[in-house]
Amino acid sequence: MQKIIASTRTRDTATLVLFTLFVLSAPFWGKLIGAGYPDLLQKFAIFGLFAIGYNILFGLTGYLSFGHAAFLGVGSYATVWSFKLLSMNAIPAVIFAVLLSALFAVVIGFLSLRRTGIYFSILTLAFAQMSYNMAYSVLTPITNGETGLRVLRDDPRVLDNALGIQIEGSPLADLFGLTLTGYPGFYFCAVMLILGFWISLKIFRSPFGMKLMAIKTNQMRMEYTGFNPRPYLLSAFVISGMYAGLAGSLMAIVDPLAGAERMQWTASGEVVLMTILGGVGTLFGPILGAATIKYFENIFSAINDQVLHNTFSFLPDWLNSFMVTITGPFVGEGWHLTLGVLFMIIIIFVPGGLIEGFRRIGSWSKKVDAQAAAEGAEGGAK
Amino acid sequence: MSEENKNYVLSIKGVNKTFGGLRALSDINLNIEQGKVHAIIGPNGAGKSTLLNTCIGLLTPDNGEINFAGKDLTKGMTPHEINQAGISRVFQTPQIFPELSILQNVMIPAFARRDGAFSFNPFKALRDEKQIEAEAMALLEDLNMAEGAHHHAGSLARGNKRRLELAMCLIQHPKLLLLDEPTAGMARHDTNRTIELLKKIKESGMTKVIIEHDMHVVFSLADRISVLAQGAIIAEGSPDEIKGHPKVREAYLGSAEI
Repeated sequence: MQKIIASTRTRDTATLVLFTLFVLSAPFWGKLIGAGYPDLLQKFAIFGLFAIGYNILFGLTGYLSFGHAAFLGVGSYATVWSFKLLSMNAIPAVIFAVLLSALFAVVIGFLSLRRTGIYFSILTLAFAQMSYNMAYSVLTPITNGETGLRVLRDDPRVLDNALGIQIEGSPLADLFGLTLTGYPGFYFCAVMLILGFWISLKIFRSPFGMKLMAIKTNQMRMEYTGFNPRPYLLSAFVISGMYAGLAGSLMAIVDPLAGAERMQWTASGEVVLMTILGGVGTLFGPILGAATIKYFENIFSAINDQVLHNTFSFLPDWLNSFMVTITGPFVGEGWHLTLGVLFMIIIIFVPGGLIEGFRRIGSWSKKVDAQAAAEGAEGGAK
Repeated sequence: MSEENKNYVLSIKGVNKTFGGLRALSDINLNIEQGKVHAIIGPNGAGKSTLLNTCIGLLTPDNGEINFAGKDLTKGMTPHEINQAGISRVFQTPQIFPELSILQNVMIPAFARRDGAFSFNPFKALRDEKQIEAEAMALLEDLNMAEGAHHHAGSLARGNKRRLELAMCLIQHPKLLLLDEPTAGMARHDTNRTIELLKKIKESGMTKVIIEHDMHVVFSLADRISVLAQGAIIAEGSPDEIKGHPKVREAYLGSAEI
C-alpha cells in the first residue's frame, strides 16, 4: 500500500536534508566551478526561490504567467520602504514584502484567472507592464522613478530610533546586528531558499498539489467532479506571487535599492526560461534552471573582445580576428544570444529540461552497467 | 398508473433546446424514479447527448425545468455545483486525468465528496489520507484494476479508461449517475464485463440514466426505457413494452434500412 503513493516520509526527509546540506555548502563547492563568491551565490538562491514559486503555478496548474516580475518589483519596493520607515532589520522587511505581494497577486490573479490559456498569459503580461510603467510615471513619489528607491541616512526608521540603533556609514540590511552583505547575505537567502523548497515539497506531496496537477491534466473533468477550479488556481497564483515577492525582497536586502527595471517583461520571461530549462513541474528543475542561467550569465557576460583575443592568441592573426568577430556577439552584452542557443538545444533535444536529461543519462548508464555486468558474468562462466 | 405517488430523483419538465434553426429537444418531459435504471435510446442525432448535457450544466435549455433534489438545474448552476448536489457523469469519450496515477484518479473524486468544491490544505500529506486511499483501492479491486494502480492512467487502453471513469463516478456515491454510451467502442468481451459491473451497482440501488446504442446492453440493464427520435420522446415504458412498440420499430427500422 505504502508504495502506491509515490513518496514516503523517509524519502522526503532525506531529500530535504540533502538539499539543505547542498545549499549550505555552496560556498565550498561553488569554488570548484568558479562560482565561490557571495554575489553569484546570492543570485543562485534568489532566482532559485523565484523559479520554485513560479513552478507552483506554471508547473502544477499549467497556467503560464508572463507577469511575475511585477511581484518581484513589489517585493523590492516594499522592502526598501520597510528599511526607510521601520528598521534596517530584514525580518519585518521580508514579512511586509511577502504580504504586499500577496495582496497584489490576489488582485491581479483574480482578474487574470477569468481567462485561460493565451488570454491569461496576455492579461498577466499587461498587468506587469502596467505596473512597470506606473512605477516610472504616476507612482514616482513611491518608487522614485528612474533614479530608483534607495535607503538614506536621514530616513525616519521609527523602530530603529525607538530602540536607539544608530546607523554608521551607508545603511545596510541587518539581522539583529549582523550585516547582511557578502556571505551572511548569502546565508540569509539560503535559509529562505530552504524554507521555500520545503513548502514547495509539502505542496507537491499534498492533496492540494495533486488537485492542481489534475487541473493541468483535465480542467473540465475537475469541474464535473465537483471542484471549483477558480479558488485553486487563485491560491496557486497567490502562493507563487508571494515567492516572487520574497525573491524581490531578498534582492533589496543584499543590495538596498529598488528600481522599476525589475518589473520589466524580460524579467518575467527569464523566470519562464529558468523553469522550462530546468524542467517544468519537477521539484528540482526550476532551481537547477535558475542556477544554470545565472552561472552562464556570469561567465559569458564577463568575456569581452580582449579576453577573446587572448583565448585565440595561438591562432595566426587573420584567423584570430575572424574568430573574435564570430564569437564576439555571443559574449558580454550579447550573452543572451548564447542563452537562446542553449535554450533551443534543450527544448529540441530534451523537452523535459535538464532534469529529464539527467534522468536519461541515469537510465542509459544503468543499462550500460547491466550490460557490462551481464558480459562479466558470461566471461566468468567460461 | 399511480405516477404521483412515486419518488422521482430527477424530473424534466417541458425542456426545449434549439441550435440555430435546429430543434434538438422539443418539449421533453421525463421522470427518473429513485433506484431505477432508466435508459434513453434513439437513433443517431435524436438528441440523447444534448438531453444529458442539459442535466449537468454543460448546456442551458431554452426553457423548461430540470428538478433534482429540490433544485432547478437550469437556473445557472455551475458544473461543480451540480456534481456537489449529487450527479456524476461518465462521458462518451472517457474524461480522466491521464498524467496522474490510476489510484490518484479515483482519489480525487473522493476528495470532492469529502471536502467539497474547495479545500486549502497544502501542508497535509497525500500519503496520510489512508482512509480515502483504502476506499479507492477497494473499489479498484472490485473492478479488477488494483494491479498497476500506481501506473499512469494515460497508459490505459480505451476500455479500461472507461472503467476508470466509472470508478471515479462510483466513489462519489452519487444520487444519480449519468452514463453516456458506457460501452461504445468496446469489444464484446469488455461490454459483457461492463454489463456485469453495472448490474452489480444496480443492486446497490443507485439511480442511473444510461444512453446507449447497444440494444443488448439496454435490455439487460434497464428497468425503464424512453425512446427519443428527432428531439422528442416517442415512447416510454418497460423493456417488454418498448420491444413491441410500433413507433419504436418504425424509428429503428427507418434508420436501419439506410
